[in-house]
Amino acid sequence: MNAMAGNYTTADGRQIGGVMMEMKNITLKFGGVTAISDISFDVHEGEIRAIIGPNGAGKSSMLNVISGFYHPQEGEVWFRGSKRPAMKPYEVARQGVARTFQNIALFDGMSTLDNIMTGRLTHMKASMLSQALWWGKAEREEVENRAVVEKIIDFLEIQHIRKTPVGRLPYGLKKRVELARALVAEPKLLLLDEPMAGMNVEEKEDMSRFILDVNDEFGTTICLIEHDMGVVMDLSDRVVVMDYGRKIGDGTPDEVRGNQDVIDAYLGVEH
Amino acid sequence: MAELTSIPGLLERNARKCGARPAYREKEFGIWQSWTWAEAAAEVEALALGLIEIGLNPGDHVAIVGRNRPQFYMSMVAIQSAGAVPVPVYQDSVAEEIAYVLDHCGACMAIVEDQEQVDKVIEIKERLPGLKDILYVDPRGLRKYDHSHMTPLAEVQALGRAAKGRLEDELKRRREALDYDSTCVMLYTSGTTGRPKGVVLSNRNIIETSKASAEFDKLTEQESILAYLPMAWVGDFIFSVGQAYWCGFCTNCPESTTTMYENLHEIGPTYFFAPPRYFEERITILTIRMEDAGAFKRGMYKRFMELASRVGPRILDGEPVGFMDRLKYAIGNVLVYRPVRNRAGMSNVRVAYTAGEAIGPEIFDFWRSLGINLKQLYGQTEASVFITQQPDNEVRADTVGVPSPGVELKIAESGEVFYRSPGVFVEYYKNAESTADTKDAEGWVATGDAGFIEESSGHLRIIDRAKDVGKLANGALFAPKYVENKLKFFPNVLEAVVHGADRDFCTAFINIDLTAVGNWAERNNIAYGSYQELAGHPEVLETIQGHVEEVNRSLATDEMLSGCQIHRFLVLHKELDADDGELTRTRKVRRKIIGEKFHDLVTALYDGSSSVSTETEVTYEDGRKGSIKATLEIRDAKTVPVEAKTLEAAE
Repeated sequence: MNAMAGNYTTADGRQIGGVMMEMKNITLKFGGVTAISDISFDVHEGEIRAIIGPNGAGKSSMLNVISGFYHPQEGEVWFRGSKRPAMKPYEVARQGVARTFQNIALFDGMSTLDNIMTGRLTHMKASMLSQALWWGKAEREEVENRAVVEKIIDFLEIQHIRKTPVGRLPYGLKKRVELARALVAEPKLLLLDEPMAGMNVEEKEDMSRFILDVNDEFGTTICLIEHDMGVVMDLSDRVVVMDYGRKIGDGTPDEVRGNQDVIDAYLGVEH
Repeated sequence: MAELTSIPGLLERNARKCGARPAYREKEFGIWQSWTWAEAAAEVEALALGLIEIGLNPGDHVAIVGRNRPQFYMSMVAIQSAGAVPVPVYQDSVAEEIAYVLDHCGACMAIVEDQEQVDKVIEIKERLPGLKDILYVDPRGLRKYDHSHMTPLAEVQALGRAAKGRLEDELKRRREALDYDSTCVMLYTSGTTGRPKGVVLSNRNIIETSKASAEFDKLTEQESILAYLPMAWVGDFIFSVGQAYWCGFCTNCPESTTTMYENLHEIGPTYFFAPPRYFEERITILTIRMEDAGAFKRGMYKRFMELASRVGPRILDGEPVGFMDRLKYAIGNVLVYRPVRNRAGMSNVRVAYTAGEAIGPEIFDFWRSLGINLKQLYGQTEASVFITQQPDNEVRADTVGVPSPGVELKIAESGEVFYRSPGVFVEYYKNAESTADTKDAEGWVATGDAGFIEESSGHLRIIDRAKDVGKLANGALFAPKYVENKLKFFPNVLEAVVHGADRDFCTAFINIDLTAVGNWAERNNIAYGSYQELAGHPEVLETIQGHVEEVNRSLATDEMLSGCQIHRFLVLHKELDADDGELTRTRKVRRKIIGEKFHDLVTALYDGSSSVSTETEVTYEDGRKGSIKATLEIRDAKTVPVEAKTLEAAE
């Protein structure tokens, strides 16, 4: 287990807070297949936490457990000091957890702006009638929501595609739009499922910059899955390593890099 | 009255006379935010007080590195108010170039935009003992930086507001000390040769020039412009500060560098400036779009554009045109011209200028035929821009117009153009030798360009850079830029470099235009993986060869320049780039550096070989270096045999 239970300071001098989310002995099965077996780890306030592992290790399943899409057969999820009951994904979202997807899930026919606006749904409280008539509360809310959306558009430097239908955008920009949609929900915890998959070096550098800036500027806690080892080791404060549904390593990038089980899982080992 | 003899003085007048009119607009968070003249004056005052508070002294220099934003324009005026000199720097310069300028002017502060610029300045800070403070506008990503010498600009303004009671008198004293001879701004020339030089321009230079040029084009406080060209360029300073403050019109700043077209469309400026490249680019985009349009629209566009090119410029100049043509043009205006103008953000344009390079006659006429009053001007940093410009209704593609008001012209024996005007610069900073070389005791300044005044119209025609004009081995006149411009008028050719001084014949390097050629490749199902591959494609070479031969045919008809026909050429494997030092920041070809860097290619052009292998170093935007290897095919182009005439006039 990892020794850092409480607050700590990262290598670059950021103060990391107490535990935000804790996964206790999670086991997830699909029929006879065990996707995740007895995994425990925690995520601290303000931290960038990575989950890595070879294909089929159970990383995305883990993210889906956190976001409430899958319900584990065993184990508990603790969020900000209380045990989380079985929740629907939208309830989890209301708690302040937002995510992006491995294979971009945007509305292709809608503009970038409209796509990002959908990220504000959890913050809209006006009644359907009021929204349909565009009167009173609905109007005020829309203005407030648009202001938040515009700040994020500015932050991610996508002003020039504000009105472009998302279907026409190149891959790297779509990923950025997806990140924008997650950010406008003003999440406490941001889950990123392979934010850099399929990107070229320059796009990866941009995305890394944005992830660091999000963490720095908004204090958002980030939990990400990524295959590019260079990126993971540079970005994250602590790393969980999974293989065949088990946890085989947990610690700072340096600790993980020296872990024999991790080396074996990545480089292969003679049986 | 000291009020009209400095930019801060003009600001005070504008705040009083038309305080409620907009001075600046910037699109931010999707909405156009604006500052009235009164608000701008208050912002500038707070900033000036803040700068004095943190230790800015009269005569100091302050560098400004960022894209066009109201904060930077207001900073420049605040710096002037505090008695110091603003030095805008090209924001896309690499750290080395910024280091040179900051070191040369001895800047004590740098006002920069964001993390990218802060990083560059920090990288060079150790070498610049004079640089005390970095002030920044956008705090993003800077939280973890050492803030002992860094302050957000907004904080400086807050300091200024707090210190108002204490420092108000000091600011007033400094502002009143400004007169017509105080330095208004210092601008570094891009330098086609050697190191950049700091051109010192006084209030007299800027204000006199702005006044005269505003009268020439009848500019009023009703104008609206889009400030998108680099702030370090003299033109932007004259348009967005000089003329804007003199007339009191509004300067609009785009949301980001990538939204310029959209913002132009939203603002619809009345007074517009763009380099020829911009007008070319817009036609390329329009042409590509029309090719994708339906058959009916395409047909309509073609028909009406033919009509426009026949009668459009004449209608614009108020010449007699038949009734039927006028009627058809009016219909075309509703169906085609107006929508095209609108898309291009030119619906309201009353006066548009292009300068910097020669513009293709077809391109020039295209815009004029749509009813846009596009004109040419000829200018220099040393002249506070204006040397000659075209009056309304006397517009031609091949001249640069008559002398601007207050400008005297003379042509030297060598063919070089000299001018004298109230806009003539004070000096090159810390470089008396160059000042003396350029400006003589009577105030005549050498332009470095060779040209002549057309007797029939009194318009100036420029042939080429005086030092580039040379001779071939057989004595025939060699004017590389003239030939390059002819080549560049083809949409497929982005850049060309012609060699031939003291050689037996002329040869050329050609850069393809990725937008145009890429689109052509797409439509013809030609697959390519990289710029290099496309540039080396046999069909592309075939097309370029066609262009070169067409240029040769056209040159053959010019008795002075028929010797400049291109015998051999190659298509370069990389785009010429300012980061690699091959172009200046204003995208002019640096002939000498290219000649040295690609000397193996030049040799191959002249030794008769049919291909050449080469390796070239490239610099990425962040300053890292890499290299690309390529084997280039060298082609022979057909030339038209003529008896070459020799020329004595051009030295």
